[in-house]
Amino acid sequence: MENFKKRKKSKLWLTIAPLYIFTLIFVGGPLIYMVALSFMSRAEVWGIVADVTVENYTKILEPIYIETFVQSFKLAFSTTILITLIGYPFGYFMAKLSPQWKKRMMILIMIPFWTSALIRLYGWIIILQSNGVLDKLLMGLHITDGPLKLLYTYTAVLIGMVYSLLPFMILSVYSSAEKLDWSLIEAARDLGATRWKTFLTVTLKLTLPGLLSGVILTFVPSMGLFFIADILGGNKIVLVGSLIQDQMTKGRNWPFAAALSVVLMIMTSLMIYLYRKITHTKDLEGIL
Amino acid sequence: MKNRTKLPNIYLGIIMTLMYLPIVLIVIYSFNESKLTSVWGGFSLKWYEQLFKDREMMEAIKNSIILAFSSCILSAIIGTIGAVGLARMNFKTKGMIEYLSNIPIMIPEIILGMVFLAFFSFINLPKGMLTLIIAHTTFCIPYILMMVKARLVGIDKSLAEAAKDLGASEIRAFFDITLPLIMPAVLSGSLLAFAMSLDDVVISIFVTGPKVTTLPIKIYTQMKFGVTPEINALCAIMLVVTIGLILVSTRIGRKKI
Repeated sequence: MENFKKRKKSKLWLTIAPLYIFTLIFVGGPLIYMVALSFMSRAEVWGIVADVTVENYTKILEPIYIETFVQSFKLAFSTTILITLIGYPFGYFMAKLSPQWKKRMMILIMIPFWTSALIRLYGWIIILQSNGVLDKLLMGLHITDGPLKLLYTYTAVLIGMVYSLLPFMILSVYSSAEKLDWSLIEAARDLGATRWKTFLTVTLKLTLPGLLSGVILTFVPSMGLFFIADILGGNKIVLVGSLIQDQMTKGRNWPFAAALSVVLMIMTSLMIYLYRKITHTKDLEGIL
Repeated sequence: MKNRTKLPNIYLGIIMTLMYLPIVLIVIYSFNESKLTSVWGGFSLKWYEQLFKDREMMEAIKNSIILAFSSCILSAIIGTIGAVGLARMNFKTKGMIEYLSNIPIMIPEIILGMVFLAFFSFINLPKGMLTLIIAHTTFCIPYILMMVKARLVGIDKSLAEAAKDLGASEIRAFFDITLPLIMPAVLSGSLLAFAMSLDDVVISIFVTGPKVTTLPIKIYTQMKFGVTPEINALCAIMLVVTIGLILVSTRIGRKKI
């Protein structure tokens, strides 16, 4: 009997073996290598020298790279704020719709969410380019006299970022607001709280996990989305993401790219850790 | 009261319109005779025609589909049986492996791309379809895991136990009882994984070799170095495919309930 039990157990072990092996080799392995690489240095001509140095990390402290981090943070921060301002009311109002409309809205959100991110950005090029759709509209309405030349500016990048990441916030807030017990809000109102106070003390507090998870789901990717800045910003805006890409391809300084990645990863992991501490949950709300 | 309920709906409507505006414009311009997006030259299907004649583009589409299918199936197998194992077993490193397998979707994509490029060079794996499939599988697994895990919580463990008590082998119990029950989650997870793989540009750029181009990479390079309106036609087609996929997935989702 003992033996029989043991054999059954060992078979169950087989179910996680592929996940275990695959994850260890292809997630664990590369991550460990990244950390190791960040302490190596680049060879004179080609390749990597396997010595131990903190040179790559001290290099990040040079003003030009600090500036890149600051700029990335600023962009990620502005993106997140704008997305919160637009997405929170959207998710909240959506949760108040009838079940039938909820389903329809869900599908409507999923469609642009699933179409190629690049393709949607291309739509913005059509809108923002000089003498594009927006310029024609504004000039037609005599609001502006000439083209705004919005494409390849900071504003264009910001629009692209907000547009690409907004669905994450909407879905997060929605899934939190959907679970909201509306009778609590009514109770607060009945007890004499003002609309604003009810919102701050009841609604906002109860939807906070969704809001925070939305913040993470928008802030973390926006630190690394180099292609939006690349396409809509026309190389004018250098972000940590584009810096890493440059070091990997043109600069050929892999150890430095690894150090940049380690720093970026620590910063994003810290945010997720804080989120878990604040909300006492393990999983992010509304990823699905 | 009426007015108060209308205001939120107007807001939802405006944001939705803005969300669809770029997509609608692309579809409209895919029928534009003129090469310029700032001029309307009349209705034409010539960009669709050109798209299907474009060998490189067709090759990229083929590669993308092969890649999405392979990584989707691979991650569905690893993720599904892995989720079942994780739900049924308790061992010391369980938390660690769960955390590690979720990392690919928790960190900025650029890090994953950089890390894979360095790692594949380190282990001397030639860059191409194989490295693409490996990289995509790592970020597809978390979606499957999440979906299947959530589904496993809802199903009765005693069903599989009963099957085993009645003499079914572990494997038989899995295929006859557990798998059919979690199938909707496996399918919707796979669909999500498929979409993510099909859309990925950041990681693919790093891990692909000079010979293999995927569709997003092709679109990306075109966007950087000059776009032909073929892209508009392609977008319109992809949109139709996406809507089709979503309709299928909501059907599956409905069955779940």
